[in-house]
Amino acid sequence: MYVAVKGGERAIENAHAWMAERRRGDREVPELALEQVAEQLSLLVDRVMAEGSLYDPGLAALAIKQARGDVVEAVFLMRAYRTTLPRFGATEPVDTGAMLCERRISATFKDLPGGQVLGPTFDYTHRLLDFKLAAEGEVPEAPVGAPREGAVPHVVSFLNAEGLIQDEPESDETPRDLTREPLDFPADRALRLQALARGDEGFLLGLAYSTQRGYARTHAFVGELRIGMVAVEIEIPELGFSVEIAEIRLTECETVNQFKGSKSEPPQFTRGYGLVFGQSERKALSMSLVDRALRWKELGEDFVGAAAQDEEFVLAHSDNVQATGFLEHIKLPHYVDFQSELELVRKMRREAGAMQEAAE
Amino acid sequence: MTESAERRIECRMERRDWMGVLARADPERLAGAWDALGLAPGFEWLRKPEFGAVMVRGRAGATGAPFNLGEMTVTRCALRLEDGRDGHAYVPGREAAKAEIAALCDALMQGPEADEVREKVIDPLAGDAEAERAHIAAKAAATKVDFFTMVRGED
Repeated sequence: MYVAVKGGERAIENAHAWMAERRRGDREVPELALEQVAEQLSLLVDRVMAEGSLYDPGLAALAIKQARGDVVEAVFLMRAYRTTLPRFGATEPVDTGAMLCERRISATFKDLPGGQVLGPTFDYTHRLLDFKLAAEGEVPEAPVGAPREGAVPHVVSFLNAEGLIQDEPESDETPRDLTREPLDFPADRALRLQALARGDEGFLLGLAYSTQRGYARTHAFVGELRIGMVAVEIEIPELGFSVEIAEIRLTECETVNQFKGSKSEPPQFTRGYGLVFGQSERKALSMSLVDRALRWKELGEDFVGAAAQDEEFVLAHSDNVQATGFLEHIKLPHYVDFQSELELVRKMRREAGAMQEAAE
Repeated sequence: MTESAERRIECRMERRDWMGVLARADPERLAGAWDALGLAPGFEWLRKPEFGAVMVRGRAGATGAPFNLGEMTVTRCALRLEDGRDGHAYVPGREAAKAEIAALCDALMQGPEADEVREKVIDPLAGDAEAERAHIAAKAAATKVDFFTMVRGED
C-alpha cells in the first residue's frame, strides 16, 4: 500500500522566511552589497566560479550572499543558473603563454626570463591576525615598478628545448564535454582535466597531499605557477572571424615530476597540469598533482592501488554538487523506507526469539 | 598613455579589433562615451540581446590537446541600421545595454560616422584597456624578486 502524504507547506514557507531573516542578520548592521563581496571576498568569488564552472564574478557574489557564505550551496546555485543558459559555442583554447602575469614563480629555476614575480600573495606573511583590519582605515597604494618588455615564456619550454621533459602532443581535437554527455570510463585526459578544474578544492587538496605522503608518489616540483589575465577569443559564427571578447583571470600550475626511461627512450621528466578560474593556487597545485598521478597508465607506471591513481574514484567523487546532492538527500523524508526496515527488524527479532525458546 | 598603446591605436583597425575593444570595455565607460557621442541612429533588431554561455577551453600542459575548462556568461545581439548596415556584439557577462551600444558602434564603424566613433568611443576605451594593463604590469614589476648572493666562508 502506498499512501501519499501532503503537508508542511506552511512550515516550509515559514522556515524559508526565518532563513532569509537570519541571512540578513542584525538590521543595525549595514546590508552587504554585491560589490563588497566581489571586491573584498574575491578569492571566495573565484572559488565559487571555479567549482560552479561558470566565470561571472557578479553572479558568484550573488550566489555567495544568497548562500550565506556556504561555498557548496553557492556553487550549487551557479550550476543551476548555468543550466538555464543557451550555449553559444566554445572559445579558442586560451594562450596562457601570453598571460598578463600578476604572479609568476618557479620553484625549479631561480633566474629565468621574466623573473620571479610574487604578486598579491599570502606567502611570506606571518599568519598573525592583523587587528588593524578590525578597525576602519584606508590602505596605501602598493608600489609600482618598471615593467619588463617582452613575453614571459613557460618554464617547461626551457626543459622542452633540451628534450628533458615529456612533450605534450599537439592536437586540435574537439574535447569531450562532461556537461553534455554522461561521464564514462575510461576517461581521457581532457575529460579528467575538465572534471578536476570544476572539482572540490578540499577533495583535490586531500588527494594531492596523499600523493606527497607516499600514496602514488610522483615527487612534484612546481616548475611554474602563474596567475594573471588571459584573452578569451571566440569565433563569431555570423561573421566568420574571431574576436577577443574578454580577459579573464586564471591560475595555471605546471609541475615537473619524477622521470622514467625505457629501453627506447632516455630518462625524461614528466608533467602535471592545473588550470583554474580566478586566483586559486592551492586548487591549481592540487589539480596538477592529481592530474599527474592519474597519468600512470600512459606513462607506463604501475597501479599501486592509490586513490589518486584511480580515475573512477577521483572523477566520481570530486564534484561537490553531485556529492552533496546524494549525501544530503538522506535527511529528506524516508518514512516508508524506514517503516519497512522497522517491520523487518521486528520480524527477525520475533523469529530469533521463537527459535531460542524452542531450543530451550 | 604608453608609446605601445599609441602605436596600437594608430595602426589600421580591423573590425575584429574594434569589436574586441567594445566587448572588453567597462560597461559604464562605454555608456558614458556613447552618451557623449550624442548619436541616436534608428535600427531594428536582428537578434535582441540574449544571455548565454561559451565554453572556455584550455590546453593540457598549456600547449597540448584542448580541454573544457568551464563556461563564462556572454551577451550577444545583432541589429540593422535604417541604411542597412548590420552591427553585431558578443560581450562578456550579462550586459544587455552594453551589448546594444557595442552593436550600434559596430554598425556605425562601417560607414561615414567611423572617424567620429573611433575618436570618441573606440580610441579612449582602447586607451583605458592599455592603461589598465600597464597598471597591472607596473604593480607586478614592483614584486619581482632581485636575488643577491651573500659571500660566505673563507677566501
